[in-house]
Amino acid sequence: MINVNIDGKEVQIVEETTVLKAAELAGVWIPTMCHSDLIEPYGVCRLCSVEMIRGKRSRIVTACNYPLRNSGITILTNTPKIQGIRKIIMEFMLSRWPNVPVVKDMAKSLGVTASRFLSHEVDEAVDACILCGACVNICKDVVKANVLGFANRGIKREVILPYDEKNEKCIVCGACAYVCPTGHIKVKTLEHERGAKQDWYLGPKTAINIPTLQAVPRVPKIEEVSCIKMQTGGCGICSTVCEPGAINYELKDEEIEFEVGQILVTTGYKLFDVAKAPQFGYGRLDNVYTSLEFEHMLNSTGPTGGTVACKDGSEPRAVAILHCIGSRDENFHKYCSRVCCMYALKFAHLVKDRTKAEVYQFYIDMRAFGKGYEEFYKRLLDEGVNMIRGKVAEVTEGPRRNGEKPYLLVNCEDTLIGKFRNIAVDMVILCPAFEPQTDASEIKKILSINQSPDKFYLERHPKLDPVSTMTDGIFIAGASQGPKDIPDSVAQASAAAARILSLISVGEVAIDPIKAEIQPEYCSGCKICNNLCPYNAISFLDEKKISEINDMLCKGCGTCVAACPSSAITGKGFSDKQILTELEGLLTI
Amino acid sequence: MSDEKKTNGWDPKIAAFLCNWCTYTGADLAGVSRLKSSPCVRIIRVMCTGRVDPSFILQAFKKGADGVFIGGCHIGDCHYAEGNFKTLRRIEFLKSFLEKFGIDPKRLRLEWISASEGDKYAETTMSFEKQIRELGPLELMN
Repeated sequence: MINVNIDGKEVQIVEETTVLKAAELAGVWIPTMCHSDLIEPYGVCRLCSVEMIRGKRSRIVTACNYPLRNSGITILTNTPKIQGIRKIIMEFMLSRWPNVPVVKDMAKSLGVTASRFLSHEVDEAVDACILCGACVNICKDVVKANVLGFANRGIKREVILPYDEKNEKCIVCGACAYVCPTGHIKVKTLEHERGAKQDWYLGPKTAINIPTLQAVPRVPKIEEVSCIKMQTGGCGICSTVCEPGAINYELKDEEIEFEVGQILVTTGYKLFDVAKAPQFGYGRLDNVYTSLEFEHMLNSTGPTGGTVACKDGSEPRAVAILHCIGSRDENFHKYCSRVCCMYALKFAHLVKDRTKAEVYQFYIDMRAFGKGYEEFYKRLLDEGVNMIRGKVAEVTEGPRRNGEKPYLLVNCEDTLIGKFRNIAVDMVILCPAFEPQTDASEIKKILSINQSPDKFYLERHPKLDPVSTMTDGIFIAGASQGPKDIPDSVAQASAAAARILSLISVGEVAIDPIKAEIQPEYCSGCKICNNLCPYNAISFLDEKKISEINDMLCKGCGTCVAACPSSAITGKGFSDKQILTELEGLLTI
Repeated sequence: MSDEKKTNGWDPKIAAFLCNWCTYTGADLAGVSRLKSSPCVRIIRVMCTGRVDPSFILQAFKKGADGVFIGGCHIGDCHYAEGNFKTLRRIEFLKSFLEKFGIDPKRLRLEWISASEGDKYAETTMSFEKQIRELGPLELMN
């Protein structure tokens, strides 16, 4: 610990403390323009100049970056000499940036009202860049993205991105805009630019958030894409403020291997990307939502607190619900997504319940297939929901006179009355098709299961074995097998679980006797069969130089039998001899 | 002679190798749906069309078949993942030199018929029978 005297006040400080920090402890104000606690002292504005006296020597130093190392130093912060320096600096700044509030305020507090100097580079802007360097330093030291930098020298000095172009290294964290004292840096958000919109999220998403208020466990999580620490290794502010030390940046997705006897595939579905059908205006027109976004809006913990509201906050006068977006459509998916009719009816009911809006349902066919569903449909008809049988052709912005509230026009053919109709609404809800997951085909290959032509997983038999697959021990349930609602998914998953348990309780597995077999004495070790097997059941024995079939993996398709050039492989039940005899018998009749 | 046979109530013999999972079941469906499929087809069930050794086809022609029909699952729909790809390759290859044996490649047909396509099975076998009737009996040079 050392002692220092600042303007007659003695303070005890740790060695290496800067004069500025020491003055803060002593309660002495030193003006600065470029200093921020978030970044290393930069010492570029020179406004914090103070007089330092050690023994008989006196020096002018910048308080922000001058570390105190010995006792016996006296600092004077308000001598006529220092006041003169400060005034000159402020006059210089005023001459160049006459309208910037932070410069004007500082000048005023130091007793400077006008500048005696004339600048060749006057910037009249209120939010002019005063070259304090805070943005450059925060980008370099804290964010560690190192995107911003100074270019040129003297009066041409300016802050730019490399080559003055949009830079991909910039992670758009906004730290530079946050520290900028004049508001010169602005972060633009291009909300509707394609891809920028989150899957189903209507509100802003911060780097640390609790996904939903119903989340289990209800703890915050870090968004990897927007966390500065994870993107650049900088920042880390949250770990310094978290007292229990709960933040762990290393905790990431990892692969863990398990050895199991049976697998239940319940990979679910994804929603059709409605932007692929641009006629419905999603992403282009305001107040066009997908069903999941609308569901989020209905949620009492959602962005609107459960209120059905247009983007401007007003209550919609009319709401259109469009069925079959991407399903039952020759251009996208031919199948019916099954659940949309019923949730669309639920939406209509909730909109009626919460607002005074008219509700229009645009449907191809109403499929109220389940227990109590038809009754619900009847009830909605009584509630006065407008049912229009017809697929919507287009959603457009409605023409309007001056000052009229914007609205949307839903264009469709009402096939029940045989007329084209244009219906004005304030909000459009699209019911997108169920789709198999994007990586469904990869999972299919890994597990050697099959997909039906619509790319949902194929069951062994549609009626008699709807939960197992052609690969023994692998079962499917839920929307990965085909579009279905929650009751159906639960039923199928329960059935699959029961099948799995029955195999576990038996303790042994009965396998089909139809297998291929290699007679080792005939196998020439040509390896032709090795790559043919879709189940990887054939392996090559290096020491014996022959191939071998794993009985447990072989499904008995016979592809290898037909390919073996030395007829070393026989298919049990389907041997060459059996088939040829059968053939002969058939053809002699 | 062949003309005489055609007029004298000659019925072609068609050997069919049908995959257990798709076309064989499809043929069953055609039956229970009371659809008229070709009576000349003599079916041999195999687990997968991948089991059909090209030599079986040549044997069938040798033993007196006038046409050979192979029915499997649709491409990408094979119960054994990719057995039908191998068949497709083998059959195309075999067709390329059937003519050298004096066999019209039209006498060999490969079709993808799923278990639910009973009507397709009925139509395809009928049209194949018609085609074989037009080609007449197969006369192989010994």
